[in-house]
Amino acid sequence: MEFLLVQALSGLASAASLFLVASGLSIIFGVMRIVNFAHGAFYMLGAYVAFTLTDRFAGPLGFWGGILVACLVVAAVGALMEMLLLRRIYHAPELFQLLATFGVTLMVEDIVVLIWGAEDLMGPRAPGFTGAVTVFGRLVPSYDFLLIALGPIVLGLLWLLFHGTRWGVLVRAATQDRDMVASLGVNQKWLFTSVFALGVFLAALGGALQIPRTTVSHAMDLSIIVEVFVVVVIGGLGSVTGAFVAAILVSELNAFGILVLPKISMVMVFLVMAVVLVVRPWGLFGKPEGTPRAAAGLSIRPWRPMSALERMGVAVAILVAASLPVFAGNYALSVGTEILVFVLFAASLHFLMTVGGLASFGHAAYFGLGAYGAAFMVKFLGAPMELALLVGPLLGLAGAVLFGWFCVRLSGVYFAMLTLAFAQIAWSVAFQWVEVTGGDNGMLGIWPSKWASSPQGFFWLTLAIVVIGVGVLRMLVFSPFGYGLRAARDSTLRSEAIGIDRKSTQWAAFIVAGTFAGIAGALFAFLKGSVFPENLAIPTSVDGLVMVLLGGIETVSGAVIGAIVYKALAIWLMSKTELSKLVLGGVIVVLVVAFPKGIVGFLEDLRHRRRRPPAPDGAGPEAAGYVAKVEAAE
Amino acid sequence: MKLEVSGLNSHYGPAHILFDVGFEVGAGEVVALLGRNGAGKSTTFRSVVGLVAQRTGQIRFEGEDVSRLPTYEVVRRGLGYVPEDRRIFTELTVEENFTVGRQPPRAGVATWTPERIYELFPNLGEMRKRPGGQMSGGEQQMLTIGRTLMGNPSLVLLDEPSEGLAPKIVEQMADAILTMKREGLSIVISEQNLHFAKLISDRAYIIEKGRIRFSGTMAELEANPEVRDAYLAV
Repeated sequence: MEFLLVQALSGLASAASLFLVASGLSIIFGVMRIVNFAHGAFYMLGAYVAFTLTDRFAGPLGFWGGILVACLVVAAVGALMEMLLLRRIYHAPELFQLLATFGVTLMVEDIVVLIWGAEDLMGPRAPGFTGAVTVFGRLVPSYDFLLIALGPIVLGLLWLLFHGTRWGVLVRAATQDRDMVASLGVNQKWLFTSVFALGVFLAALGGALQIPRTTVSHAMDLSIIVEVFVVVVIGGLGSVTGAFVAAILVSELNAFGILVLPKISMVMVFLVMAVVLVVRPWGLFGKPEGTPRAAAGLSIRPWRPMSALERMGVAVAILVAASLPVFAGNYALSVGTEILVFVLFAASLHFLMTVGGLASFGHAAYFGLGAYGAAFMVKFLGAPMELALLVGPLLGLAGAVLFGWFCVRLSGVYFAMLTLAFAQIAWSVAFQWVEVTGGDNGMLGIWPSKWASSPQGFFWLTLAIVVIGVGVLRMLVFSPFGYGLRAARDSTLRSEAIGIDRKSTQWAAFIVAGTFAGIAGALFAFLKGSVFPENLAIPTSVDGLVMVLLGGIETVSGAVIGAIVYKALAIWLMSKTELSKLVLGGVIVVLVVAFPKGIVGFLEDLRHRRRRPPAPDGAGPEAAGYVAKVEAAE
Repeated sequence: MKLEVSGLNSHYGPAHILFDVGFEVGAGEVVALLGRNGAGKSTTFRSVVGLVAQRTGQIRFEGEDVSRLPTYEVVRRGLGYVPEDRRIFTELTVEENFTVGRQPPRAGVATWTPERIYELFPNLGEMRKRPGGQMSGGEQQMLTIGRTLMGNPSLVLLDEPSEGLAPKIVEQMADAILTMKREGLSIVISEQNLHFAKLISDRAYIIEKGRIRFSGTMAELEANPEVRDAYLAV
C-alpha cells in the first residue's frame, strides 16, 4: 500500500513537466492551429541551456535565476523561429508547418550535440531541495514535492492570464475566429508571436526543471514529444485544463503500468488514448472544431489523367530505370531499390492524404506490418519469397482494417494522432513481444529466392511491383471510388447528401493505402534481409510524410518525386557528413519555405503560369456565387 | 468624402465576384448597399476591409489609400466592420467580447465604453457575464455591433443587420443605427430588406451579379419602381 502511494507521488512529479510541455503545445495549437513538432526540441534546449547557466552560476539565486533565464532565452529562440520561419508559411497547408517544425527538430538535435557534446550531462541539484522526505517509511525526494506543487500553480497562473488580462482574452478570441479578431483591429502577427513564445517558454521550463531529476541528453526531445502529443490529444487540443488532467493520467499510467503489466507497459498509454478518442473524439476537455480547415488534398486546379505526351515521358522514365542495372554498380542498385520501395510507400500514403484528405502520422505501421508479415512467412512457415511477398502484405491489410475502422471516425489532427497511437501500439508489440518478433534484435535471414537474389534481379522485381502499385493507385484516383473519396474529402455533408457513405469510403481508402504500404514493407524486408521494430516506428512514418509533402500535397503523384528526392538526399547526406540531421533539417526548412506546394506543385504552377499568363477571368458570377458560398459554408 | 471605393474587383479562386464596384460615403451619411442574396454585398464589405485576398481597386478612407493595408490596420484607422454572420466569440462573455473590440479613443470621434453600449442596447446590460454562445440571435446582433463600436470607428460597415431578426428587434436595431448616426458616425448597411433600408438610409446603391446597377437617393429609388423590381424583387 505504502509502496503504491509512493509510486503515485513519483507519477505526479513526472506529470509536472509533462503538463508544462503539453500545455505549451496545446496553447500554440489552440490559437495558431500549428502542431509544433519542435516542441520537444525546445524542451530539450531548455534543459541544456539551464544546465549551462546553473553550472556557471552557483547558489540558490544562480540556480533558480539560471532556470528562469534559460526559459526566457529559449522562448526568444522560439519567437525568432516563429517570425523567421512560421510567418512565411501560415498560408500553406497545415501539415507544412508540421514539416517545417520537424525540420527544426532535426537541426536542433545536431546543434545540441555540436554545442554540448554527445555525452549525457548531470545537472546540479536544486538548492533547498536536495534532501528527501520520508513518506510511510520510504524516501521521496523533496524536489518531487516541489514539482507536484508546481503543476497546479502554473495551471492557476495560466487561468489568470487567459481570463484576467486583455492579452488572454484576445488569445481566447483568436482561438475561435482569427479573421474576426483582425477585423476588430488586432494585429495577429504579434499575438501569434507572443503565444508561440509563451508556449515555448512552458516547454523550456518543463525541460529546465528536469535537470535535478534526470540527465540531460540529446534524445530527450523525441522521448517526450510523443508522450506530449498523447497528453494533448487525450486532454483535448487547446485545453490547458485538459492537458493538466491528461498529464496526470498518463504519468500515473506509466508509473503503475510498469508494475501491473510490465509486458505491455508501453502500449497502455496509447490504448487509453485510442479509447478516449473513440469515445470522445475531441479529447476529454476539448471542443468539436467549429470551423474545420480545408482538408489536406484540396486543390483549386482540377486533376486530370495524363496526356499522351506525359504517358510517353513516364514510359521513358521507367525504361531508363529498368536499364539501370546494366551500368550501375551493386551499391547504387541497392540504393535504387530502397528508393523504389519508398516510392511505393510514399505513394500509398499520398493516396490516403491527398485523395482521401486523411493525413496519417502512423503510416509506417502498415509498412512494418507488411515487413513482419513477410518475415513470419519465411521464419515460421518456411515460405519462399514469392509466397511471402503475396501473403506478408496481408498483415498490413489486416492492420489497416482494424486500425482504420477506428481512425476514420475522426478527422484532421485527431485522425493524425490516432493513427500515430496505433502505430506506436504496433511498434510496442514488435518491440516487447520478444518471443515472436525478436524484439530489438529483429528478425534476420529474410532473403529473396535465388532468381531474385542478385542486386540486379531484386531491383527489377522491385521496379515491376512498384510500377504496378503506383499505377494501380493512380488508376484508383480516377475511378468512381476515387471520385467518391474526393467528394467525401471536399465536403462531408454534400457527399453524404448524394449517397456517399463517408466512413466506409474512407475506411476502404485506408485499407488500400495500408495494403500498398504493406507490399512496400515486404519488399523492404527482402531487400535488407531483416526486419526491425524501427520499420514501424515514428521516424519511418515521418519520412513518409516528408516525402509526400515535398512532392506536393495538391498533386496526383507528387509523392513519387518526393520519395526519390528525399530518400536520395538522405542516403547521400548520411554518407557525406557527420551532421546529416542538421543538413537534412535545413534542407527541409528551405524547401518548405521555397516550395510550399511541394516540388511537383511548384513545377505545375510554373507550367500553368506559362500557359495562361493572366488571371483566370472566364467564370461568371454564377460560379462565383457558388464558390463564395462554399467558402462561407466552410 | 469619408470613404471612396472605385474599380473594385474581387476573386475567390478562379471565380470573379466583383466587377468594378464603386461607391462613396460622405461624413455622417447612412448609405444602403442593396441587393439580392449572392449579389456581392458581403464580398464588397469583406474586400473593403481587406479580408478578400484576391482584390484590386482603390479604397480611400478619409483621403488615404488603405487598399494595401492589412485588415487590422484598416480597422485601426476607424473603419469598423460588422460581419453578416455576427461571428460572436461564443466562449467569451459580453464584456470580454467588448474587450476584444476595444481600441484607444480617436480624436473627433465619439468614444464608446461598455456602459454607453448598454445604453444603446439595454438588453446587453442585463447579461454582461453571459457567454456569447448562450444569447439569442437578436442579442448577438447587438453584441457584434457593440463590439465594433468599442473600436471607436468613424465609419461602420454593417452587413445585413436585420437578417433573421424578429420585427420588434428590427425596429430596435433601426433606432440604434439612427442613434449611431446622430453620434456622427458614417454608416454603410447592406440589405435585402428595402423596407428596413428606407427607415434609416439617406442614399442607396443597388448591386447585382457583382456590379453596381443603380445609385441615388432613397427618394430617387422610390421614383424608380422598374429598378426596384428588376434588382430587388424576389
